[in-house]
Amino acid sequence: MSETRFKTVRNLPPDHLLGTGTAMCAGCGGLEALHQIYDILGEKTVFINAAGCMTLLAVYPFTPFRGSWLYTAMASAPAGAQGVRDALDILLERGRMTAAEDLQTVVLTGDGAAYGMGLSATSGAIERGLDFLYICYDNEGYGNTGQQTSGATPHGAGTATNKGALGYPGDKKDLFAIWAAHRPAYVATVIGAEPLDLARKVEQAMQLTGPRLILALAPCPTGWGFDPDATVQLGKLAVETGVWPLKESRGGKTMHTKVPKKRLPVEDYLKCQGRFAHLFVPERKDSVLLEIQAKIDAYWGAVECHGAVDP
Amino acid sequence: MREMLTGNGAAAWGARLAEVEYLPAFPITPQTEIIETIAKWIDFGECNCRIVMLDSEHSMITAAGAAATTGVRTFTATSSQGLLYGMEMLYTVAGWRAPFVLVNVSRGLASPITLEPDHNDILAARDCGFLQLHCATCQEVLDSVLLAFRVAEDPRVRLPVIVNLDGFYLSFTREPVKVPSVQEVAGFLPPFDPQNQGFRAGTPFSQAVAVLGGTAYSYFRYQSHLAARNAEAVFTESAVLFNETFGRSYQAVETYCCDDAEVVFVMMGSFATKAKAAVDQLRAAGQAVGLLRPLLLRPFPAEAVRRALVGKRGVAIVDQNLSPGYGGILHSEFAANLYGCRDVNPVLVSFIGGLGGRDIGPEEFFEMVNITRAAVASGCIPPPRLLYTESELRDMRKWQSIALEHRSGGELQ
Ligand SMILES: Cc1ncc(C[n+]2csc(CCOP(=O)(O)OP(=O)(O)O)c2C)c(N)n1
Ligand code: SF4
Repeated sequence: MSETRFKTVRNLPPDHLLGTGTAMCAGCGGLEALHQIYDILGEKTVFINAAGCMTLLAVYPFTPFRGSWLYTAMASAPAGAQGVRDALDILLERGRMTAAEDLQTVVLTGDGAAYGMGLSATSGAIERGLDFLYICYDNEGYGNTGQQTSGATPHGAGTATNKGALGYPGDKKDLFAIWAAHRPAYVATVIGAEPLDLARKVEQAMQLTGPRLILALAPCPTGWGFDPDATVQLGKLAVETGVWPLKESRGGKTMHTKVPKKRLPVEDYLKCQGRFAHLFVPERKDSVLLEIQAKIDAYWGAVECHGAVDP
Repeated sequence: MREMLTGNGAAAWGARLAEVEYLPAFPITPQTEIIETIAKWIDFGECNCRIVMLDSEHSMITAAGAAATTGVRTFTATSSQGLLYGMEMLYTVAGWRAPFVLVNVSRGLASPITLEPDHNDILAARDCGFLQLHCATCQEVLDSVLLAFRVAEDPRVRLPVIVNLDGFYLSFTREPVKVPSVQEVAGFLPPFDPQNQGFRAGTPFSQAVAVLGGTAYSYFRYQSHLAARNAEAVFTESAVLFNETFGRSYQAVETYCCDDAEVVFVMMGSFATKAKAAVDQLRAAGQAVGLLRPLLLRPFPAEAVRRALVGKRGVAIVDQNLSPGYGGILHSEFAANLYGCRDVNPVLVSFIGGLGGRDIGPEEFFEMVNITRAAVASGCIPPPRLLYTESELRDMRKWQSIALEHRSGGELQ
């Protein structure tokens, strides 16, 4: 990572820009990440939002943002960003706006939009090299509608549409890889529980132009079934168990920014969430637990082989 | 300058003369020629506009609304499946009060999939909040694009507008079109003034935020309706200025030989020119008939329609669309508009014709007058009449037997 102004947590912004008292649930991991991201991005931003929990951040006549906001629809926030960015460029070119009035174009969506319905619009925006930052808060389900299974739901998780004894039979889609395959300017995973890593990545993203993704795992007390005061702890566990690799990709190279020295067993992460309770009671589903652990081990085995750098 | 232009060419010229700055695009027959024409002008430096190919019409309409709401003059075009694919965003961007112009080249909707025109696509967008202009000639297409920008951007309106033209019959038909000069157009259409809309650092702007409860929701919805209602007067005002500038006169409702007519046809779009020709023939045969054609469908020119139909005995409404299980959409609009008017109470007879580009022949117009007169005389109003000839039915039976033969042939092998 190049020079950063975030050397220690003491360098993190002391003031918080995003207003409080929003309609998000207590302990919302998505909001936790957004707070930190917004502190760094600042108010010279226009947030282009897709349908999801965060749509209720701005409810007439209130907004927690100091900058601008445009709600679009579930599938087309990146296309909204395209229209706004292009229009700002046209206004700049024609002298109808000054450079000082320019804004960062920021897309804000959940995983349902980012991994699924909005993927076509996203892919198009990346392939056109649109200069925008995409923030996805990934709560691993359609949160706003009650945590149904989405393309981001992990294997074995119970959701409103997978209530059976084994949970969701499919696997979480690899959005990081999908983005990286487009060769965008920047892709990074973050989590609110690792604020320094997050701050450096947002800083990094801001220094680049072109399509950039900040993909934040968003522990969701409501949808995952845990106490709101455990959000940070769960976020840390996601990293320490290796469930959520912190990494970034630039110029076709992927770097892991935090490799857990000794990974904790994934059970530590799973057993404190209601959505995985069926893997432990009434009886342990060892085969599923082993399968989940094996996939994590295989992932990190490959990473270690390459010395934390994927080719 | 007078040129032979297709309807698509005329739409492109309208956009060029309006000096559109942004064109989000996606291809679909029979619209594609519009975006290709403008793209070529951009490539050869004749048009100072930015074109961007989106991944879908849903994205395209989102981008168009977003750009207009950021403050640049925006134009886009689609057709049929594309219009419906973007339907969610038609409603959404109209609610943003983003003023821009979308040309729809009407084409029948799947299923069955077809390329040829009717109006089910554009009428599916009837309630989305866009204003609608329905063109009958290539000249009208060019002129309507200019009128549409003026009305859309008026501070009393600030709504997007759809200019509709029929696929093939207008899109690919060359007609002589007067193309005004840039200077002339500048006198009619001032540069886009986004007023209080737009995203700027230092002046935060929250657009399209959620509302909770019906109070705020209803307020904003009512605002859109009232703005659309304002658009009728703004259209009329703009048409007067248009006539002064270019010497061509337009009305929200075109009437042809209506004054002394006993029976009046109602039609929209290019097929209305067929009705016009039929009116001439019917008049030559001694029949007092006329034609009424709404150029403006949204806002609905209710008063102008009523005025044109005062004292008429029968109205033959020829819908180039079909609402299965009801009949013609225009018929229901007219029936609703005339219901309970004491001095305007003609018998309304509903006809469905021109679906998927099916022609409507002169003899069918004659027959429609007969049926309408019979309904007037008897007071018995027939159910919607589906225009179809015996020879068409014979063709259809032939094709069915071929299709069946292929199928059973396949099974035998
Ligand atoms: C086209 C469309 N389909 C469905 C919905 C209903 N809907 C609203 S929010 C939402 C879930 C979005 O999920 P995600 O993107 O993961 O965001 P989250 O709710 O988790 O914040 C859905 C399905 C919608 N608004 N639009
Ligand atoms: S459901 Fe989850 S993601 Fe949505 S606001 Fe609540 S905690 Fe946050």
